[in-house]
Amino acid sequence: MSGADFDLYQQLVLEHKRSPRCFGTLPSPTHQARGRNPSCGDDIGVQLQVEGDVLKDIRFEGRGCAICIASASMMSEAVRGQKVDDAKALQQRFRAVITGELEPEEANLGKLVSLGAVRRYPSRIKCALLGWHALMHALQGEGSGSSAAAEEDPDIVVDHAAGSGGAAAAATPDGAPR
Amino acid sequence: MGDRLPSGDAMTSAFPVLAQEVNGHALAYLDNGATTQMPVQVMDAMRRFDTHSRANIHRGVHTLSQRATDAYEAARARLLAYVGGSADHELAFTSGTTESLNLVAQGLALPAMPSGGGEGALLSPWIRAGDEIITTGLEHHANLVPWQLAARRSGARLRVLQPDAEGRLSTQALAELLSPRTRVFAVTACANGSGERPPYEELLAMAKQAGALTVLDAAQAVAHEVPVLSALPCDFMAFSGHKMYGPMGIGALVGRREALARLAPLRMGGDMVEWVSETDAGFAPVPQCLEGGTPNVCGAVGLAAAADFIDGVGREAISAHVEALREHAVAGLSALPGVRVLSPENRRTAIASFIAEDVHPHDIGTVLDERGVAVRTGWHCAQPLLERLCQSPTTRASFALYNTHAEVERLVQGVAAALDMLR
Repeated sequence: MSGADFDLYQQLVLEHKRSPRCFGTLPSPTHQARGRNPSCGDDIGVQLQVEGDVLKDIRFEGRGCAICIASASMMSEAVRGQKVDDAKALQQRFRAVITGELEPEEANLGKLVSLGAVRRYPSRIKCALLGWHALMHALQGEGSGSSAAAEEDPDIVVDHAAGSGGAAAAATPDGAPR
Repeated sequence: MGDRLPSGDAMTSAFPVLAQEVNGHALAYLDNGATTQMPVQVMDAMRRFDTHSRANIHRGVHTLSQRATDAYEAARARLLAYVGGSADHELAFTSGTTESLNLVAQGLALPAMPSGGGEGALLSPWIRAGDEIITTGLEHHANLVPWQLAARRSGARLRVLQPDAEGRLSTQALAELLSPRTRVFAVTACANGSGERPPYEELLAMAKQAGALTVLDAAQAVAHEVPVLSALPCDFMAFSGHKMYGPMGIGALVGRREALARLAPLRMGGDMVEWVSETDAGFAPVPQCLEGGTPNVCGAVGLAAAADFIDGVGREAISAHVEALREHAVAGLSALPGVRVLSPENRRTAIASFIAEDVHPHDIGTVLDERGVAVRTGWHCAQPLLERLCQSPTTRASFALYNTHAEVERLVQGVAAALDMLR
């Protein structure tokens, strides 16, 4: 079996898994949050540099399966340099495709369309959405704030990690700031 | 290499669910540590009960109620015999291992009723402030979290017997933890997360010697290498029906009668009392006082049929078969680059739990499912153990009597393909 005949693991997805883009931390992020899936240990921290209404820069780190890492990597590439509102709109479309509410071809997802097959693997949907949950949660507040993203999916725990170093703790299990 | 046991097609045809394709491949069901499949013998027994004898048990004078009562009590006796209980033992039906262990942990931390009940003062709880409870680092969350809570509620201290770097428990380490304060020692007969089979006979004996009540989680040992209760210094043993080819939603807590009588029942109501006034009640003896409410009679009947099925095939033959499959899997998986199987040297287990460098268990599980091979991935409700042994969730293949060496080969080939694709 190769990635080519397994639509969940398309070559682009595998390539992002092997060499994730925007992987690491920012020196002085303006926003950050992390999402965890307690059932499988996937854990993604996202740091943002927001200037005005523009998402100037983004980094993510943590651990997860191929779908989780590839999705966070492609997400970072797609939203970096975009307007915050456009990033949020992209999240809405991506989520709608992954959860089966919108057809992949109609969603204008760019490269992210290569993750469209996740919609046929219900047990993997939360893998694909974890980094996006962290992104949305980071954008919602600069430290304290709501848990709206977590409420959307009870399987995912989202923590704000205000200040430097928070997301850097993402690779240590159970070090979650609560 | 031997193949199916006792003879290929006969065994498959006993398990209708196995005769299907998943994603275009014959199903290779290797998730037996989570749930085993049921043979037609068990389904037939349950269907016979529901078709001819279904009624509520105890105190019904009508024929069906008597038949149901007889079937339920016969199932109790059958299962007590299955786990080697003696005249000093009783068996209470529960919904499964988790309920059984909760019953022990909570029941020992609450004031128990005097036998016969009524005006008599409640017995003080077995676990009190300042006492110590010992569990181990190998446990399923069901043999850890109830003890955490029991300790918090009673002011006792929970201590954890930690395994070494290879995931093994030692008697020396337990000796360092035991003290006159130790009131309970709880250990698994086989770790569901790693497959480790600890020397529980020696560990239980040491704890018993120190004056503790002893608890054995036999969930993973009840379909092969079944503990023999009367030969063990064991006060309580818990197991589940659905891990021994029986139905879901039924299991048991077996134990020494005197120890069971120390438990405060958790479900008050019908069938667990002998008399009731407006202000008081007299409680039934064990095991009835632990079975408040209408029990899962059909489940008990199915579970007894599962015990008959296992003994019909032969316990030694089953153990030899699943252990050979496990050994085959360990050899095949360990030969793959960057793959580490937990507890590789352990022979008396049916669980092969492994990690692969740079490849996440969820991806391996999805690739295997695409090939019709069912395994479990994640923390297996044993997060403290896996954090300690490998800092990672694992992929777990677990074997039953209907599995074959050809299926083990498909597992190994599927994992190899996943590694090729994902690295």
